[in-house]
Amino acid sequence: MAIDGNTVRHVARLARLALTQEEEERTAAQLGHVLDYIERLKTVDVSGVEPLSFAGDPGEAHRSMREDEPRPGLPRETVLKEAPEQDGSSFLVPRIIE
Amino acid sequence: MSPSTLPLGALSHALERGEAQPSRILDECLARIAKLDGKVHAFLRLTESEARSAARAADDRRARKAPLSPLDGVPIGLKDLFCQEGVETTAGSRILQGYVPPYDATVVRKLREAGAVLVGKLNMDEFAMGSSTENSAYGPTRNPWDLERTPGGSSGGSAAATVARFVSGALGTDTGGSIRQPAALVGCVGLKPTYGRVSRYGVVAFASSLDQVGPFAQDVRGVALLLRAIAGHDANDQTSSLRTVPDYDASLEKPVRGLTVGVPEEYFGEGLDAEVETSVRAGIDALKREGCAVKEISLPNSPHAIATYYLVATAEASSNLARYDGIRYGYRAAARGSLLDLYEQTRAAGFGAEVKRRILLGTYALSAGYYDAYYLRAQKVRALIRRDFDDAFAAGVDAVVSPTSPWPAFRLGEKVDDPLAMYLNDIYTVPVNLAGLPGISVPSGFTKSGLPIGLQLIGKPFEEESLLRLARGAERALALPQRLPPLVTK
Repeated sequence: MAIDGNTVRHVARLARLALTQEEEERTAAQLGHVLDYIERLKTVDVSGVEPLSFAGDPGEAHRSMREDEPRPGLPRETVLKEAPEQDGSSFLVPRIIE
Repeated sequence: MSPSTLPLGALSHALERGEAQPSRILDECLARIAKLDGKVHAFLRLTESEARSAARAADDRRARKAPLSPLDGVPIGLKDLFCQEGVETTAGSRILQGYVPPYDATVVRKLREAGAVLVGKLNMDEFAMGSSTENSAYGPTRNPWDLERTPGGSSGGSAAATVARFVSGALGTDTGGSIRQPAALVGCVGLKPTYGRVSRYGVVAFASSLDQVGPFAQDVRGVALLLRAIAGHDANDQTSSLRTVPDYDASLEKPVRGLTVGVPEEYFGEGLDAEVETSVRAGIDALKREGCAVKEISLPNSPHAIATYYLVATAEASSNLARYDGIRYGYRAAARGSLLDLYEQTRAAGFGAEVKRRILLGTYALSAGYYDAYYLRAQKVRALIRRDFDDAFAAGVDAVVSPTSPWPAFRLGEKVDDPLAMYLNDIYTVPVNLAGLPGISVPSGFTKSGLPIGLQLIGKPFEEESLLRLARGAERALALPQRLPPLVTK
């Protein structure tokens, strides 16, 4: 299945990935190749089949809610220590409002 | 055999009898790492001083006959995607270079509480995406049996470190075969537990409906001891099961007579290496000698597993990996401009080719107009794959037996430029993750040229106890001599 450059650019933008021209061309070819392989799923009769999204214990699938009680998190300075840019109280990002 | 080369289960017995001392074992392991890891490249970093003090504390407890657990004083390695407080954790990616987690993953905490000696962080394919460790941003790991070949992946560092006796056991993760395939390619035991058996809190996520943490060791008992230590419910992972954790070791030697193993025709078809098939069939005969019944079965939807997996796993990965944006931790590109530019440049420079490929495929499969045709359809085929296993179990099969990998360890570079060929490594392991079942790889022999071969057993959900018993049955009946890679004995 052929994937064109416009589609690759659109998907790359959605994925927040900058691609070089060369990566764009290679991605188009490789995605096409993998999608050709994936096409085989179209031959499977899935009529009336419920999708399986949770492969764990079915008896426990619905117990995943807990009370929304506040619990202590990590101290602010501990978390900020890992940030590439911060000012001691916040993460710093490029200006988004002029 | 020096105690530091004993399989984990046997080492635990030796420690219990006072025939081995944790500090001496660690010294021998560290010496072996210093001598050989330049060639193997299993470790990304060592936590040597931490390990030494943990081993000394274990010496003391062992001397007082007051061990914390059967793992007290046993050297263990961690795949580099388990958060360990104060220790850099990269998941094999440049985008996490320099990231030092401020907390322990639940399994890391549990290992510490069991007295395990944590030796260091092990190499892996970036974000666990790959089957050879060639996708690590820090260079590949090599197979201790043949340095020109891969140890498999993505937990290739964990597998190589175990078989090279750098550690007695290791933890990895398995999303589509990333524990079982490398275990088979290096000749050790590797277990992927049932989805929900082990907490994933503090484990770098790849595909959340498939990821599971599991152990490596040189013997089945070692894997049983490690599973006992790490399994159980965790309030920090809502997918972890409330079921009690049995003492897997206690039932390990029970006979397997009367259990039935199913041999699925779809797992012995085209593409299976002849030597691998011969070895696995010999393993099945060994189970027969132990008193197992053998039944021919069919899992007709398993051949769709790879296609299903590459939609489900990439879709979930595209979502999980959205968090790496250069704002809160890890790498940030120097690029200036808008916030969007910063995201795009950070991710472009921080992720490797395979990770980008999978993020793009997953984003495409989830994007408007394609969701029903790809993702939803894949989840329906997934239900059919699971149903096949359920039918087999309902028809009296206790476990399914197959090859772990269709071929022995391949040469580094052989498949790296062909994504689809690389994906086919996992043809027999991926259905197990899609179905949420436990699976284990045990050594079944060697090829004529001396490469290890693994046999896979697939169990019913949460029945690791009988699965480990069967694996032990195969191990006992095959009675393979404990061979060390020539590299280690030199």
